[in-house]
Amino acid sequence: MIEAIDAGTVNWARATFTLTAMYHWIFVPLTLGLTFLCAFFESIYVRTQNPEWKKLTKFWMTLFAINFAIGVATGIIMEFEFGTHWANYSWMVGDIFGAPLAIEGIVAFFLEATFVTVMLFGWNRVSQRMHLFSTWMVAIGANMSALWILVANGWMQTPVGMVFNPDTARFEMQDLWAIISSPVAISHFAHATSSGFLLASLFVIGISSFYLLKKRHLQFAKRSIAVACVFGLFSSLFVAFTGDEHAYITAREQPMKLAAMEALYDGMVPSGLVAVGLMRPGVEPGGEEDPFYFKVEIPGMLSFLANRRFGSFVPGINDLVYGNEEQNILSVEEKIDRGRMAVARLADYKQAQKNDNEAAAAVALAEFDQHRDYLGYGYLESPEQAVPPVGITFYAFRVMVFLGTFFILLFLVYIYLLEKQQLENRPWVLKVGFFSIFLAYIASQAGWLVTEVGRQPWAIQGLLPVNIATSNLDTTTVAISFFLFLAIFTVLLIAAVKILAKQISLGPEGE
Amino acid sequence: MFGSLDWSTLQQFWWLIVSVVGSLFVLLTFVQGGQTLILTVPKTEAEKNLMVNSLGRKWELTFTTLVLFGGAFYASFPLFYATSFGGAFWVWLAILFTFVLQAVSYEYRRKPNNFLGQKTYEIFMVINGSIGILLIGAAIGTFFTGSNFILSDYNLSRWTHPLRGLEAAFSLFNLSFGIFLVFLARTLGALYLANNLQQDQLVPRLKVSSFNNLLCALPFLLYVLIRLVTMEGFAVDPQTGDIFMQSGKYLNNLLEFPLTLILLLAGLVLVVVGVGLNRFTASVRGIWPAGLGTVLTCLSVFFLAGYNNTSFYPSKYDLGSSLTIYNASSSHYTLTMMSYVALLVPFVLAYIVWVWRQMDTEKLTDAEIAADKKSY
Repeated sequence: MIEAIDAGTVNWARATFTLTAMYHWIFVPLTLGLTFLCAFFESIYVRTQNPEWKKLTKFWMTLFAINFAIGVATGIIMEFEFGTHWANYSWMVGDIFGAPLAIEGIVAFFLEATFVTVMLFGWNRVSQRMHLFSTWMVAIGANMSALWILVANGWMQTPVGMVFNPDTARFEMQDLWAIISSPVAISHFAHATSSGFLLASLFVIGISSFYLLKKRHLQFAKRSIAVACVFGLFSSLFVAFTGDEHAYITAREQPMKLAAMEALYDGMVPSGLVAVGLMRPGVEPGGEEDPFYFKVEIPGMLSFLANRRFGSFVPGINDLVYGNEEQNILSVEEKIDRGRMAVARLADYKQAQKNDNEAAAAVALAEFDQHRDYLGYGYLESPEQAVPPVGITFYAFRVMVFLGTFFILLFLVYIYLLEKQQLENRPWVLKVGFFSIFLAYIASQAGWLVTEVGRQPWAIQGLLPVNIATSNLDTTTVAISFFLFLAIFTVLLIAAVKILAKQISLGPEGE
Repeated sequence: MFGSLDWSTLQQFWWLIVSVVGSLFVLLTFVQGGQTLILTVPKTEAEKNLMVNSLGRKWELTFTTLVLFGGAFYASFPLFYATSFGGAFWVWLAILFTFVLQAVSYEYRRKPNNFLGQKTYEIFMVINGSIGILLIGAAIGTFFTGSNFILSDYNLSRWTHPLRGLEAAFSLFNLSFGIFLVFLARTLGALYLANNLQQDQLVPRLKVSSFNNLLCALPFLLYVLIRLVTMEGFAVDPQTGDIFMQSGKYLNNLLEFPLTLILLLAGLVLVVVGVGLNRFTASVRGIWPAGLGTVLTCLSVFFLAGYNNTSFYPSKYDLGSSLTIYNASSSHYTLTMMSYVALLVPFVLAYIVWVWRQMDTEKLTDAEIAADKKSY
């Protein structure tokens, strides 16, 4: 029998991973987008041979390097944390999950690590073309790295291409291509990387706006804004498109997450999309209370977004937890019963094997096979445990969507004012542009909150709940590791921000 | 191609790949070794800056190789990944923290307003190069001395020692292995820097330093070698898969698998030749034979631990829980798929060599560092 791990340990392990992931994601999106922006800037320099573009490129590369270093530092922790804090997970799905991580190392990290040295230190050591090539390789390497880690994450959200092997008590890969080409993985990759492009564009625009407000480096700032605006606008439109596609896939693959995103407790035909709403705290599944103090709803829109049909049914949390015969939805309670059967028969199978009782093993295995799809549910303690934290998911989703929409408008305003040569005369726009750097980070973090909080309690959706996925550690050990991580990351973050701020204040003249 | 190979062949092939990546990582710890030399070798700030900048142009490759080493182990031997990382918790976290500190140290060291001060970042580098490498050595030492864990029927592990991995550092063998790796890294660091820098005062000191560090490494190496050939080892019964203690197991491995012995002897000779070349001739190219020697020696160590029916991650607590390349590996399908991916490795190595050649055709000088505002 696989024993559930102490809840304190599980929660500290979750907190530690959340902390690491959120810190890491402060630096990753900027790396993803700024590498491409540097490649654009340098391409313009090579094409025009205008030294001002070289100076501009080198300035943004300096900021990139500061950000990159701490991104690398937090990234290595992520990889090894799967082993240190999630050892059971690492065994039970390592046969599948390890592959994209190893591929990431081979095809992406080395590309990035090799060419970044040329990019930062090769200006006088290699030819101009070789240097430009290296900058592009860093951008491609960084984004290829994102591809593989998002393939891994996509598989966690929607496991495909594998089977449970009762002999080894783990999930084993059967189809690598199915894992790589999973619509969830592709959609994840497209949405996350383009959001990184958007964030980096706002970073460049925000800092350039700061210079315009201070009447410093005017030409430099306008050139940077011009490139970043175009990149940012296309990226933000793509983010919106992939976000819609992502929600559509989520409706199919993770209906509970979609229900939590909308705080939809009772499914209906048609279902409206909550544009704005204030949730009532403490609402439980199965309760009679209205989950909202108030809400503004767009009628039928959720049905359309989820199913591409206005009049369609979207299941709510109660439908998914307690079942809905009319819609052919199995209750979580029924899934838990079947899961417990699978768990018990797996234990019988292992015992029969130990006793060399082939007949009993065959019987146990046959019964296990009938319920194996629900194995993970066998480790849930109650049906309500299958519901993720609704409030965080609901609000984080709205923050992300509203800010994403706002950014599209902001890019359009900047492009218009730049075209009319009026940007310098609109200080309030420049101030909004500057503060949008922080808004971009909030939107980016909110997106991951929706993705990760919305799939709780599953480490692997429907297969492996977090309470059996962690390492067999005592609570104190994991809690200490949390505070160690917190201390180190915070110190390094302060250092990174202070160095960045100083470099920005020095400006491109410092190059 | 790979799909037609049987599972055990793939498992052996993947132990070879992990061994190669691990050996390359040890070679690349010249970066860590060089970081510890900044305390003693340079006499001026300019010399220290020159050393740091030379190492700083390679640190990411060492770092990436460590990440790949972890990834390759995860993909090919996930039971080791789960058992060792989740069990020897503190030792791995300590190693990781030293690498986290290293990752920011180069870039932040001399940047204005860097919060912690230049000296702190230099201390981070020294910690990474000394404690980090020592603990990695101690962790590799447990491949021969064993660890404290037990596996359930479901292959889920439980560590049985309260120090959670740090106890490895209290074994004289593991500790000697770790200290040997630290001095080897320092030797390689000095050799690399002597070859990469053009600085008339510093280079002769680096040449002497590589020799002195090799001398310091020798007693620990000798102890490790003597213990290896005399100690009981964790053997696997090929028929039943049972683990049992066998006297002279690793000596047997050397004799029954002569390639391992050849690699070990050739590797050690090449390291000595490389250091001797730098110490007793005008050449500064000793890093090449010494680097190759390091890789061959490490390959031999990995082969000793994993091949010839040996448990590569034995459990002292419960022999039956010991990991072998056969019971800890990924499935046949995963190893097959990953073998195809591994075909990319030669291309990766090729472009790394190409880029290194482009960047290192001219040696690094004080003047270049002084003129570069972005220098570390």
